[in-house]
Amino acid sequence: MDFSRVFNEAMPLLLEGLKLTVIVSLVSILIGMVIGLFVCLMKMSKNIVLRAIAGIYIWIIRGTPMLVQALIVFFGIPQLIQLAVKGFRFDAITAGIITLSLNAGAYLAEIYRGGIMAVPKGQSEAARSLGLSKTQTMIKVVLPQAFKFSVPSLVNQFIITIKDTSILTVIGMAEIVNQAQRYVGTTYVFFETYSVVALMYLAIISVLMLISNYVEKKLKYEGRKRHRDQH
Amino acid sequence: MTNINKNNEKVVVTNLHKYFDHNEVLTGIDATIYEGEVVCVIGPSGSGKSTFLRCLNQLEEVTDGKIVIDSFDITDKKVDINKVRENIGMVFQQFNLFANMNVLKNIMVAPVSLKKMTKEEAEKKAMELLNRVGLADKAHSFPGELSGGQQQRVAIARALAMNPDIMLFDEPTSALDPEMVGEVLDVMKELAAEGMTMIVVTHEMGFAREVADRVLFMADGVIMEQGTPEEIFGNPQNPRTQDFLSKVL
Repeated sequence: MDFSRVFNEAMPLLLEGLKLTVIVSLVSILIGMVIGLFVCLMKMSKNIVLRAIAGIYIWIIRGTPMLVQALIVFFGIPQLIQLAVKGFRFDAITAGIITLSLNAGAYLAEIYRGGIMAVPKGQSEAARSLGLSKTQTMIKVVLPQAFKFSVPSLVNQFIITIKDTSILTVIGMAEIVNQAQRYVGTTYVFFETYSVVALMYLAIISVLMLISNYVEKKLKYEGRKRHRDQH
Repeated sequence: MTNINKNNEKVVVTNLHKYFDHNEVLTGIDATIYEGEVVCVIGPSGSGKSTFLRCLNQLEEVTDGKIVIDSFDITDKKVDINKVRENIGMVFQQFNLFANMNVLKNIMVAPVSLKKMTKEEAEKKAMELLNRVGLADKAHSFPGELSGGQQQRVAIARALAMNPDIMLFDEPTSALDPEMVGEVLDVMKELAAEGMTMIVVTHEMGFAREVADRVLFMADGVIMEQGTPEEIFGNPQNPRTQDFLSKVL
């Protein structure tokens, strides 16, 4: 075992990778959440064209491996665009963020939809009966409650997205696994290096789980706590 | 009651039909409700009472017929239904208080969002209404922390915050424990005494007898019989009414 060697030689690389993994995950989750919201609303709209577009998008993303999606975004789509724009290409980070966001967006859309459907119909009927528009009802009454119902599934998806960044090593994005592969390629210290890699993922995801526990508790006890403050 | 203004037709329903898929739930309803009138709708379950009420603010889209409220034909697609709804308060069987807001916010959200009042005005109004329904001390509680009776009283306050001139009640006491029915009916009686136009779908025959100006008996999607409480409860003419009342009284 030679962990000290890995710490001395590989740590700077791995920390670079960690930084990129965290940034790419965060950006992709944020973009994915916005995509997911729009796709979810499209899927629930009365307009059959919007519903079909959303349905096809979700179908394709869920029906194909993310590895293949990454290859298509990084290698395939630029080739297509090159027909019109000479020399066009994505850098690996851009392609990685596009792939992850599109991927997370499809799953998040379904998670939101589940959350929205879990809000009792009486809630929106009450809002509409007061004269609130459909949009106002959605923003003020339905979505906040849907979000609360969705938190556990959302966190689950965030975890998947963070771990899926490792797939992006195939397009050469210099995240944790990619950095580790470069290091072991010349040194052959597999066990130590990949153990450190695993611990890094465990650390990021543990932080995320702590945050989500806090958020869940906060949403849950909001009412009771304020009530207690009154007395 | 005494506040009825027969010169002002608040709600005029003409030949109202409603289908759910191929199932005809309302089979031709005609009714006129005057300003200040309290109308109780009674009848067996499945008779279309709630559907009729829900058509009046378009929570159910009508299949055929006309509903004119304050001279707006709400079945006309060009009429802004949201504007009409601002003047029609509705109270539901399941209360339907917004679970993500405390009591105060529940009452304030519509007047503030619809720019009827500033935040300060809406809060003042909300506190007045809470005082009126006896729940001022619950302003910062969440719906889940209140009893059914308290939730329903908040729901009435929420509907009143928009200063509606018609109030619809859809079996407001049916989901309540028996000991809480009284507190809700008391608030409704007070409202009736103040001259609010009210349409109440109810199983509380005592309330209908005491408070209603007119009772509509519905069965099979039509109004079978209507009259004063004395007429309906004292001397029902239609055999269906007689049969229904003999079962519930």
